[in-house]
Amino acid sequence: MFPFSLEKVRTEDEALRAAAAGGRFLAGGTTLIDLMREEIEQPRHLVDINALPLAEIRAEGSDLLIGALARMADVAGHPETLRLHPLIAESLLEGASPQLRNAASIGGNLLQRVRCPYFRMRDAACNKRMPGTGCSAIGGLNAGHAILGTSEHCVATHPSDLAVALVALDATLRVRGPEGERSFPVEDLFRLPGETPHLEHTLMPGELIVEVRVPDGPPARKARYLKVRDRASYEFALVSTAVVLDIQDDRILSARIAAGGVGTRPWRMRASEAALIGKAPVREAFSAAAELAVRGARPLSGNHYKVDLLRRTIVRALEMAGDMA
Amino acid sequence: MSTRGVTITVNGEARSIECDPRTSLLDALREHLHLTGTKKGCNQGACGACTVLVDGRRINACLTLAFMHDGAEVTTIEGLATGDALHPLQAAFIDCDGLQCGFCTPGQIVSGVACINEGHASSAAEIQAWMSGNICRCGAYPGIIAAISQAAGRS
Repeated sequence: MFPFSLEKVRTEDEALRAAAAGGRFLAGGTTLIDLMREEIEQPRHLVDINALPLAEIRAEGSDLLIGALARMADVAGHPETLRLHPLIAESLLEGASPQLRNAASIGGNLLQRVRCPYFRMRDAACNKRMPGTGCSAIGGLNAGHAILGTSEHCVATHPSDLAVALVALDATLRVRGPEGERSFPVEDLFRLPGETPHLEHTLMPGELIVEVRVPDGPPARKARYLKVRDRASYEFALVSTAVVLDIQDDRILSARIAAGGVGTRPWRMRASEAALIGKAPVREAFSAAAELAVRGARPLSGNHYKVDLLRRTIVRALEMAGDMA
Repeated sequence: MSTRGVTITVNGEARSIECDPRTSLLDALREHLHLTGTKKGCNQGACGACTVLVDGRRINACLTLAFMHDGAEVTTIEGLATGDALHPLQAAFIDCDGLQCGFCTPGQIVSGVACINEGHASSAAEIQAWMSGNICRCGAYPGIIAAISQAAGRS
């Protein structure tokens, strides 16, 4: 690990000043410290923000508000999460291990770096780690990589389960920075790799994630998260799907679907959603919608299986949500 | 490189150390305080051998820096027994043969204590899911699950 200087801050204003001076925020540290030890991340100045009062979880009407420093385990077990958006608890508990969920923050979860093995392999080419060197995954071991949103420069998937649920739920982020405060959809936090895979998110330099807002609790109750992976727990997704259904009188009034493990960012399936409106919640409709989700998929040498697995995961997640009382 | 003073209450005793800011909580325990019961397995948060309780919550000591825990209370495997009386889960690991080589065992036991305290030990399936952050290369899982079930039943 390269040496760094260190500062602990107590207020958002102090944090923003420290970041404006070039500091890097440290929250739970479960991604950052790991990558610093590998010398993939090399921050010169760390700003420990854990003392900021940003860990609160609360309801505001039917919206759920989650402070950026709330820990995954605390959000997953919070009564307001379970009352308003159990989908969020479900997605959180499908991710990481109990130890990591006790340490990792919500803001850090969204900003975690990719799990592509070549990103960590310093003797392999990786455009994300070192722009212009090439992508080792495209001609390499790529069974775990993306089939949607890839470019010739990067094919890594975004690893967060929570992000998939938040994108399906139309959650928004509130951030503060040198230019003031702004809010935007969680979906817009994530960039496609394109020609600049080293740029992963849309935060401006020095911006701090303050809070996540998840709107409209009760209508989103027919919501499920299904994660398919190589082992039953403590494993990243091969394919995952979050679905949110509003069904009345045996007709789908609205559907929201997002997938993980398949895209270079959490992937919203809007064509599939539109195809479900007005339909009865039955397998034929779900299968037709799932077919639209894989249009445009570009599998790599080792991950053709993900195309069919994505179809099936969407159908099964829709059935699971549809079965909810 | 400048060092930093950190005071952590470890197993009930306030301990102050001067360390490089890069020092992980794991290395602070092992290298500075010579509490080598907590093991360094993967050193990247994947194996759970370094599991300790910080303010009662289990975390990976390798993925956190000592300075982040100034003023915290840490419990390691050395802090579970009371004198010569083993913690019930330590005794259960012996009863149930919950180990082979023993390297992962301190992390398994500390994690298991938390698993029971959290209320996540009501069935073998629940224990499996909530102990998934602790890997055992020898494959002693049946004994580990039996030990946690036994200790949970007594507590």
